Amino acid sequence: MADIALNPRPARKRIGDVTAWQRLKANRNWLGIWFMLPTAAFLLLFLAYPLGLGIWLSFTDARIGRGGNFIGLENYEWLWGDSVFWLSVFNTLLYTGVASVIKFAIGLYLALLLNQHMPFKAIIRALVLIPFIVPTVLSAIAFWWIYDSQFSILSWSLKKLGLISQNIDFLGDFWNARWSVIAANIWRGVPFIAITLLAGLQTVSPALYEAATIDGASRWQMFRHITYPLLTPIIAVVMTFSVLFTFTDFQLIWVMTRGGPVNATHLMATLGYQRAIGGGYLGEGSAIATAMIPFLLAAILISWFGLQRRKWQQGEAND
Amino acid sequence: MASVTCANVRKSFGATQVLHGVSIDIRDREFVVLVGPSGCGKSTLLRMIAGLENISSGEIRIGERVVNHVPPKERDVAMVFQNYALYPHMTVADNMGFSLKLRSAPRREIDERVKLAADILGLTPLLARYPRQLSGGQRQRVAMGRAIVRDPQVFLFDEPLSNLDAKLRVQMRTEIKELHQRIETTTIYVTHDQIEAMTMADKIVVMHDGMVEQIGAPLHLYDHPDNLFVAGFIGSPAMNLLPGRITANGGGGFEGPGGARLPLATAPNGSTGQRAIYGVRPEHFSLADDGAEAVIQIVEPTGSEIQVSAKLGGADITAVFRERHQFKPGDKVRLRPDARLVHLFDETTGKRLNA
Ligand SMILES: Nc1ncnc2c1ncn2[C@@H]1O[C@H](COP(=O)(O)OP(=O)(O)OP(=O)(O)O)[C@@H](O)[C@H]1O
Ligand SMILES: [Mg+2]
Repeated sequence: MADIALNPRPARKRIGDVTAWQRLKANRNWLGIWFMLPTAAFLLLFLAYPLGLGIWLSFTDARIGRGGNFIGLENYEWLWGDSVFWLSVFNTLLYTGVASVIKFAIGLYLALLLNQHMPFKAIIRALVLIPFIVPTVLSAIAFWWIYDSQFSILSWSLKKLGLISQNIDFLGDFWNARWSVIAANIWRGVPFIAITLLAGLQTVSPALYEAATIDGASRWQMFRHITYPLLTPIIAVVMTFSVLFTFTDFQLIWVMTRGGPVNATHLMATLGYQRAIGGGYLGEGSAIATAMIPFLLAAILISWFGLQRRKWQQGEAND
Repeated sequence: MASVTCANVRKSFGATQVLHGVSIDIRDREFVVLVGPSGCGKSTLLRMIAGLENISSGEIRIGERVVNHVPPKERDVAMVFQNYALYPHMTVADNMGFSLKLRSAPRREIDERVKLAADILGLTPLLARYPRQLSGGQRQRVAMGRAIVRDPQVFLFDEPLSNLDAKLRVQMRTEIKELHQRIETTTIYVTHDQIEAMTMADKIVVMHDGMVEQIGAPLHLYDHPDNLFVAGFIGSPAMNLLPGRITANGGGGFEGPGGARLPLATAPNGSTGQRAIYGVRPEHFSLADDGAEAVIQIVEPTGSEIQVSAKLGGADITAVFRERHQFKPGDKVRLRPDARLVHLFDETTGKRLNA
């Protein structure tokens, strides 16, 4: 104390000199930063850079093979008046909304079913995963055949059953095409939801159902008051992912319809790709892609605030 | 409130039979404890009474009603689980009121009954908390509260205290007993802890390997075990069981391990020379010049008494004295069992031989 009081400055400075570097090397917080550095660099390089570049491109008139000049919001102004763009927004919302709701319903139903005791449980669970493990392009091609105007197995079966007399034009008609791609997306997306929810269901202690049985709960009441509330956290997570994946879907549409007929199934992702790569208008395509960001952020925020409310879970404040 | 009757109840899981014909009569308002070693089928029987397991054969009646095929919710029983099984997403109040809510009882009635039960159990300040914000003892109380609110015909407890520390267990033991004296609902309580059974029960059912060994009041089981299993299971420290031979009837005796001569007040007629097991409780030894010689091994004073481990004719025995004898390991003493309080069991069947 006395020494420092008499001669504080040199002492402090010397200690400071030593610790500055040592703190960087040994301090636990800094150590964490050292370890995070590679990951952060990786994320910056492969996530932030393309994202930033995309957004930047949307403010330029870049074409393929030619760097662009900054043109401000011109791309967006142009899109604002573009009916095809608005059609793709409508299609994307319809596609995401309808497919997500139905995927959730079917996925939850399947999960509940698979959580029951039944014969061949393991095999059935494996079968459910098939749509998920088949490469998307492959299943898209399969659906393309299923929906083919001449060789469709669906039309063929319905004709054999005598329900229709003519082939259904699945992908040629405006609304038929929309429902058809939605159906394909549902087929592809259900396993992810079903298996994730099944995992969630299996974390619910069987003792709770026994307690509820003795408390006099019917099967529906058990689902309503035990299963569903305990599953909500995982539902929120899985549905957020499902909405994000569906909203940004590209492969299925591109293989099956390329956005047709007459843009009826163009999603924002496919339209952006078509304008940027197909048409060569990188700036405009980027603007369409960038326009997806607010929708995605909204979806994330909704689920995030949804998750915040469940204070009965571990690790949150006590009030 | 109601009586409960199990008549020749059997239970099989697939090919393995775990209950081999259990018959128990439980009177209205009685506090019955099912006790037995782990795996003997106590929980299974309790769950059959609750309706969580179906009944392979036999009959279970609650009151006058045969409930074999009655679904759990119509049996009007409440159960407290070993791990409490509280609903993690409901507050204490909602946990307790859940069964009433399912029956669509009016909000006001639910609140009233929850409040009443919370008062009884001292849970009032915790009603707004979630289960994860409670201590083990508090959770246990909430689980009991959930049962009380229902005002059922029968309470079923499955080892409700086994997750608590020793001190809390003793405290909750008293609380459950007080609770029963207060609300007088027929209670079936499962435990593998014989002290819990002795202190709480009006009637104890000792089970072993899916069968009932003996049913009776705690002190009756203590004083008059029907067989070797009950003799060894009830009482702590356990009864000394010494193999040997009946030497004479009437004013007879018993030849214990190493030829030790042990007194016997009565033995069945014509049993002279028969091999048997001689049972004597640790506290029924006294020092006497004509006793059997024993060498003291370990002396454990607890304050109120002295517990002594000794070798008697090569066999290990335990004796407990209320007097403050100055024993040292290695001392030779002469111990005499109180002949009137000796239990005699058949060596092969384990059945009690003396009256
Ligand atoms: N679902 C089941 N399938 C097959 N066997 C079972 C099942 N449940 C219990 N058992 C068997 O039945 C026997 C009795 O089990 P139970 O749970 O009733 O024992 P317990 O007396 O409650 O034991 P503890 O004191 O350890 O709780 C055990 O041997 C057990 O392995
Ligand atoms: Mg058990």
